Amino acid sequence: MMTETPIAGPYAHAPVSIQRSMGLVMLALTPATLFGLYQFGWPAVTLFLVTVTAALAFEAGALKVAGRPLRPTLGDGSALLTGWLLALSLPPWAPWWIGVVGSLIAIVVAKQVFGGLGQNLFNPAMVARVALLISFPLEMTRYVAPQPIGSSGAPDLAAGLAVTFGGQPLDGMTGASILGHVRTELGRGLDLDQILPGSYQPLDSGLGTIAGSLGETSALLLLLGGLYLLATRVITWQTPVAMLGSLALLATLMHGYDPQHYPDALYHLVNGATLLGAFFIATDPVTSPVSVRGQLVFGAGLGVLVYVIRTWTGYPEGVAFAVMLMNAATPAIDRYLRPRIYGRQRDGQPLGLDREA
Amino acid sequence: MKLFKIRGGVHPDDRKELSAHLAIEELPLPPLLHVPMQQHIGAPATPAVRRGERVAKGQLLAYSQGAISAPVHAPSSGRVLGIGSFPAHHASGLSVRTITLQPDGEDRWAPDLAGVPDPFALDPDEIAARVSAAGIVGLGGATFPSAVKLKLHKRYKLHTLVINGAECEPYLTCDDRLMREHADQVIDGIRIMAHALGVARVLIGIENNKPEAQAAMAAAIGRLEPRQDMIALARLPTRYPMGSEKHLVQALTGRETPARGLTADVGVVVHNPATAFAVHEALRLGRPLVSRVVTVTGGAIATPKNLRVPLGTPVAALIEHCGGFTQEPARLVSGGPMMGQPLPSTRVPVVKGSNGVLALTAAEVHARDPMPCIRCASCVGACPCGLLPLDMAAHARAGDLEGAVKLGLLDCIACGSCSYVCPAHIPLVQYFNFAKGEMAARDRAKQKQAETKRLAEGRTARIEAIQQAKREAMARRKREAAAAPPPNAQAARPQPAEAPA
Repeated sequence: MMTETPIAGPYAHAPVSIQRSMGLVMLALTPATLFGLYQFGWPAVTLFLVTVTAALAFEAGALKVAGRPLRPTLGDGSALLTGWLLALSLPPWAPWWIGVVGSLIAIVVAKQVFGGLGQNLFNPAMVARVALLISFPLEMTRYVAPQPIGSSGAPDLAAGLAVTFGGQPLDGMTGASILGHVRTELGRGLDLDQILPGSYQPLDSGLGTIAGSLGETSALLLLLGGLYLLATRVITWQTPVAMLGSLALLATLMHGYDPQHYPDALYHLVNGATLLGAFFIATDPVTSPVSVRGQLVFGAGLGVLVYVIRTWTGYPEGVAFAVMLMNAATPAIDRYLRPRIYGRQRDGQPLGLDREA
Repeated sequence: MKLFKIRGGVHPDDRKELSAHLAIEELPLPPLLHVPMQQHIGAPATPAVRRGERVAKGQLLAYSQGAISAPVHAPSSGRVLGIGSFPAHHASGLSVRTITLQPDGEDRWAPDLAGVPDPFALDPDEIAARVSAAGIVGLGGATFPSAVKLKLHKRYKLHTLVINGAECEPYLTCDDRLMREHADQVIDGIRIMAHALGVARVLIGIENNKPEAQAAMAAAIGRLEPRQDMIALARLPTRYPMGSEKHLVQALTGRETPARGLTADVGVVVHNPATAFAVHEALRLGRPLVSRVVTVTGGAIATPKNLRVPLGTPVAALIEHCGGFTQEPARLVSGGPMMGQPLPSTRVPVVKGSNGVLALTAAEVHARDPMPCIRCASCVGACPCGLLPLDMAAHARAGDLEGAVKLGLLDCIACGSCSYVCPAHIPLVQYFNFAKGEMAARDRAKQKQAETKRLAEGRTARIEAIQQAKREAMARRKREAAAAPPPNAQAARPQPAEAPA
């Protein structure tokens, strides 16, 4: 009766799958995404759809070229999630081709060229984000103030399409993100006392009613999504806690040293891509370490790099760069920080025999 | 009592509710019993009966062979139909030497079987000898001859006997039922083993998903006269693989067994409650091991049961007694679903190590096509041994066995926790089994090569020695010839004219 080849157990399996993990991540992203789409209006909706569709199309094309079956890989949700994360990291009124070129870089260059799912060294969405930022600095730093769908002055569907596809100039309402604004003003020699009052409200940043990337503004909704992923055990606490902890620690130290030039920890936690990065980008399993200690080192390194890039380099935002740098360090971390094997010391030698016990 | 933390592990749905509430039933005698000579780790037993011979229940059928082996006894009274080969209770489906017995239906015990009135008056060696003669092996599934473990006190300084009542495999309830229904006998067997080992402490570990067994065993300990403070019951958290010997010892005593070592290295010996029950029967009643409790369960079994089964009974008879299949099972497994082995057919007999027969439906097995590894590290978190299953599998898959060994392949206990949690459904244990098998094959090939080399060198040396001896003999003769010229020196000298030009 048993005709198939014997295969080793176990003959039971946890109710898990890659599709389920990807699906739960998307579910966790949904509140922040819906909030971003609502607050930045029709141009954001169009850009989001274009980016996600392009990601799926490039994935299908790459699989076809590679001669691999489409269904299992497209169905695993990884390309959809990559496109989704990329879209969330874009300025919401960016033109359509930003989304398409970004998806091309993310899916084809950063993922499929490396061998597809599970093989990429760098986080695809962050590779695309960095490539776009370097190639198209203008389009990638032109942010808009929130204009919720239906509010007065917000573009309707037609106007939204015109913004995304028509290259409609964004007159009067473009600006920098808070991180960018503060960096520029600090560079002009102003103190934080003069800069922050007019531009930064911790509550607004926490809720997300500020200018910024499509899905990065609402720290609160991203935090909720992250906690949901922790609760459903899709991610573990080590990477986010280490990243947020080291970022907050550095910010607190520097703020204590010179409050006029170094914003406090809360500023760094609620602004920019910090929370999206900590819970959704840094926890990408493919490009992060596998051991508990490795993940702690990885997260802590991320926090330090984010702070250093934001504070002392030419870019106001550093999550994407930091993620890529730590991705590059992941193989080394995995090699040197392994769990201790049962019955052995850390160096691999068996524990000492103890017959007197 | 205080428990210690162990690493990793998983929480599979234990499915014990299918059979945990069902009392152990006696399985009726089947028409034929196929009793294999190899039901234990070690050398197979050698038949002690002849074809056609009438045997009584408990009579010796086959002798133990060598230091690590176990004898086999008749599971019922009847006639020996033949000694031949029969499919083994093993995934390979290969045949092993088997005695086929036709029960006469009387189930008559051999008259000369007699127990000992006071086993505690016996010398530890005598207890071990009786356990050995009763054919008792580790009934948790490992089937290592128990007497060998009872003699470990000669080489190790032991302080604790741990009874592994964790029964952490899902579905299985045979130890649970045995502890509930025969707690006094199990405790008696445990005390006899503790006496044989000379240990000062006994810890009985039972997982918290078996509160009735915990209560029954606690009550049995409480009934002992005089009070036995050396025996303690430990209520273990329900987590697979709690019943892994080394992990159980660590959870109970905090002592970690060194790699490649035995728990005896940290002063602990582990036995199973069913083994303790068998020791009780052997010492008190003189009865050898001829039956065991088997849990027959799974979604495809009509009415799951816990059965006391004569060894040698075909698995088909158990399934039939349980109402057969309600649907074609996706998997037929011997043992638990985590570490059990696939059964090649239902013809094979129940052996000493068979603790469960599972007929699992496709929904229970939850098999899917493997996807690429996404390095999610679920396996790293689940591994109780601190290994990196994903990397080991990648190395094994690429044929880099040395790489896999360096990562700790040989420290893997094959518990299957990694495969169980893998979202990509990668058959990690399959890779590890393959790699371990390859390593063993390579070792054998290396040994063979070394042996061949040794023999070839020996031969060369022998030939060399013979030639040397010949040369020496020749030289000696020449010297002798030179010292004493022969009577006709002319004839002995070669003729120059005959030499080629």
